[in-house]
Amino acid sequence: MIPLQAAAIAFVGAGGLAVVLARDLVRQALLNGFFGLGLVVLFLVFQAPDVALSALAVGGAAAPLVLALAIAKVSRREGRRDG
Amino acid sequence: MSRRARTALFLAGGAGLVALLAWGFAGLPAFGDYHGVYGHLLNQRSLGQTHAMNTVVAVTFDYRGFDTLGEEFILFASVLGVALLLREARSRPPEEVDVREPFDPVRATGTIATPLFFLLGLFVIAHGNLTPGGGFQGGVVTAVAIVLIGLAADRSVFHRLAPKPFADLLEGIGVGAYAAIGVGGVAAGAAFLQSFDERGKIGLLTSGGTIPLLNWATGIEVTAAVVLIASEFFEELEER
Repeated sequence: MIPLQAAAIAFVGAGGLAVVLARDLVRQALLNGFFGLGLVVLFLVFQAPDVALSALAVGGAAAPLVLALAIAKVSRREGRRDG
Repeated sequence: MSRRARTALFLAGGAGLVALLAWGFAGLPAFGDYHGVYGHLLNQRSLGQTHAMNTVVAVTFDYRGFDTLGEEFILFASVLGVALLLREARSRPPEEVDVREPFDPVRATGTIATPLFFLLGLFVIAHGNLTPGGGFQGGVVTAVAIVLIGLAADRSVFHRLAPKPFADLLEGIGVGAYAAIGVGGVAAGAAFLQSFDERGKIGLLTSGGTIPLLNWATGIEVTAAVVLIASEFFEELEER
């Protein structure tokens, strides 16, 4: 295993842990984006550029999009209930 | 159960999991150590048979083109399901939204990224038969470029650029074109989805027979599908 591959695995491991440990929803979504970016690098250094491209689009943009919209909707509903 | 007992139970379970995983990973074949017959066969034959330099795409759009048709239908049906459910649940049309100006750096980054992503997506689709990527990956990248407009800059611009009836139509055209190309094989006297086009010179954007055509049909379908899902989600957000 080359150092880059080991670094990518370590980054993904730390990223996954950070996502689980984050308590704030927005922060969690943001960390999830970094985790997705780590996965892209991981796939790339393990010579799977096809998968890296898919992960780039899904993990870097599509998943954060769905999360961001869901969080916006949920927080708006909660704000209305409080106010 | 007390906190102490829970922690003890977790530690015991976690240790067991770690041991099992370590045991399993230790028995994995080395990286790049592959003994399958099918992969080696494809690596040797696919370029000569299909003239597509990207063997993965040669598999998805030629050898296993029928499987990909199934995947196209899965995507089509799931987007249809999302649209049907959400549109049914929305009783009235969304009111005018208070368009808040997004945070400026976000807006700037989104505006710069949009044309780059769009170009990259088209590039990935067009070079599907030559380099890693293809209709699925390129389609998602292209769609993300369009969605970024709504996310980072202005949602009304997004709705105007990608009106839903247009996305609906494009999605249908994409999946329909894939099936129609398959029927083209039958019309040419071959099997369904068998390549009927000239294989062409290796290395060209058009090489690979019907592979580039199927690739573009997929790219259009995936682009429209992702844009449509984003569109529905945006409208969910706008509804109060």
